[in-house]
Amino acid sequence: MDSQGYFGRFGGRFIPEVLVATFEELDRAFDELKRDPAFWQEYVDLMSTYSCRPTPITYAENLTRHLGGARIYIKREDLNHTGAHKANNVMGQGLLVRRMGKSRVIAETGAGQHGVATATMAAKFGLECTIYMGEVDVERQRPNVFWMERLGATVVPVDTGTRILKDAINEAFRDWVANMDTTHYVFGTACGPHPFPALVSYFQSIIGVEAREQMLKSTGRLPDRVYACVGGGSNAMGIFQGFMQDDVELVGVEAGGHGVETGEHAVRLAASDASLGVAQGYKTFFLQDEDGQMRETHSVAAGLDYVGVSPILSSFKESGRVRFESATDAEVVEALALTVRKEGVIPALESAHAFAGAFREASQMSNDEIILINQSGRGDKDIFTIADAFDDPKWRDFIRRKAAQYDA
Amino acid sequence: MLEKHLRTKLVDKDLLLMTHLVLGYPDFETCRKTVGEMVAAGVDLIELQIPFSEPMADGPVILRANQDALAAGARVEACLDVAAELAAGFDVPFLIMTYFNIVYRYGVERMADRLQAAGIAGAIVPDLPPEEADGYPEILRQRGLAPIYLFSPTSTDARMARIAEIGEGFVYCVARKGVTGAATTFSDDLAAYLARCRRATRLPLAVGFGVRERADVEFLRGKADIAVVGSETLRVLDTHGVSGVGAFLRGLIAA
Repeated sequence: MDSQGYFGRFGGRFIPEVLVATFEELDRAFDELKRDPAFWQEYVDLMSTYSCRPTPITYAENLTRHLGGARIYIKREDLNHTGAHKANNVMGQGLLVRRMGKSRVIAETGAGQHGVATATMAAKFGLECTIYMGEVDVERQRPNVFWMERLGATVVPVDTGTRILKDAINEAFRDWVANMDTTHYVFGTACGPHPFPALVSYFQSIIGVEAREQMLKSTGRLPDRVYACVGGGSNAMGIFQGFMQDDVELVGVEAGGHGVETGEHAVRLAASDASLGVAQGYKTFFLQDEDGQMRETHSVAAGLDYVGVSPILSSFKESGRVRFESATDAEVVEALALTVRKEGVIPALESAHAFAGAFREASQMSNDEIILINQSGRGDKDIFTIADAFDDPKWRDFIRRKAAQYDA
Repeated sequence: MLEKHLRTKLVDKDLLLMTHLVLGYPDFETCRKTVGEMVAAGVDLIELQIPFSEPMADGPVILRANQDALAAGARVEACLDVAAELAAGFDVPFLIMTYFNIVYRYGVERMADRLQAAGIAGAIVPDLPPEEADGYPEILRQRGLAPIYLFSPTSTDARMARIAEIGEGFVYCVARKGVTGAATTFSDDLAAYLARCRRATRLPLAVGFGVRERADVEFLRGKADIAVVGSETLRVLDTHGVSGVGAFLRGLIAA
């Protein structure tokens, strides 16, 4: 990264003048924190007492046997408090907010994971909290909205644009430009204006640091390939950073939606549909039309349904350090079903993209090779979404009866 | 060129009026008529916004207009055609305002050539700070276009000085924190900020964000050179139609 926050030709800071001073303040706070030798330990201590760090790696013996190829290990980010890797970034930024002395946090959320994690952090640290969430997502993720509100956050449904994640980001920025004196914007992924891509990746690197050590300890060597799903890119950045300097192939799996050829997907790096652009404060590959207007995206996993992608991952695409693939909604649901049945672990639909990508390749590999999959989040709390994805008739009947009880 | 034009105007008037509209909102024909009303009402300068799907610095009124214009099919090329037509048809300077992605996708040089050919006076790109300029102000200047930059109340004196160096035409002083369209308190704080802006640059000062009524315009007299009425014009257009815009603007500036 250069001093302007560029990774190769991606990144930067395209912000209105009124936010410049706020970003300079954030630069200073982040620099101080990185230089403070005590900070990382403070962060690790917090995560080991409030969340479930270090999260274990699990040997997926049954999947390994079933697929008949490489040995499969799973990094269990689903065991974090609030059920996803999002907690790492949020608690780290919470410590940063305390150092900056701000009293209020705002955040965008797509599926709701980052919103719930932020609301949790705000409750613990005694901060006022407002979450911006696209109206479409509020509709499809009511359980997360319920928890955010119980945790004391104000959830603002965003009814502009396509009414999903990117629109929630715009709205959070609009709040921030008016309230930056008291407020920190807890950006949820490794995107946005500098220093957010670096800041979020810094906190998420705890995944890779742990995973590298754990793999060495339990298998005596490093994995041959590491798989992670890629929405904004924070869980992928998290686990990949543990293996950057090693001879380990890194594979990012994007949301293929209904298939790249249908145009209804969120594939920015694994295919050539996206092009270089500048939006939401940074330069990266965006799914946009020829005028530069952002397109609608689709994924069964709300957390991957985003037009842009981490500028750091764009630079890795260009350098060839990371290979990018995609998995369709149908492949993902199948991979999820298989994982649940074979291993008794329940990945989130987002994470199941990494599993689908890995399963496709594992059987072609030899049984002395090792792969590691990042299970970025758990699926059991997204029961409404997953039951729909499985098209489960008994669940539908249950919901109908439950609804009838409210009407009675 | 733009600055010289404004200076000449400022000999006769102590405060100029700049208005704003979103190209293609609600349709191009209404834009043409609205500009006609603006010019007839005595507006000195008009800002034409090319709509963008992610207008991060705009508040609800202009945001909706961006979306509606795009939904109605406003393409960049058509916006530029209409801008050229307006610039040829009316004797006031026109500026293009848009977000950087529109310029970037079109190509900075190609856009600058197009604006020059269209007779546009300058451009405002609010999400392109000086740090990311990458040749942009020079490319505009070489074609006689003014790269217009913004000051905000959070800009330090040193930063204002730096912005003043690369900007041309005038400096757009954002009156307060926040996005376009919300209320602004026209207070001593604002006066002190404008005095600070004045010390930082020899360029004329335009003040926008929350200028809504005659009292706001009067407040700015003597403290700035140009009052910018953006969201409020759109609100009037929505509620009172094209003819309402003319009446509203005449009410703002009547002596």
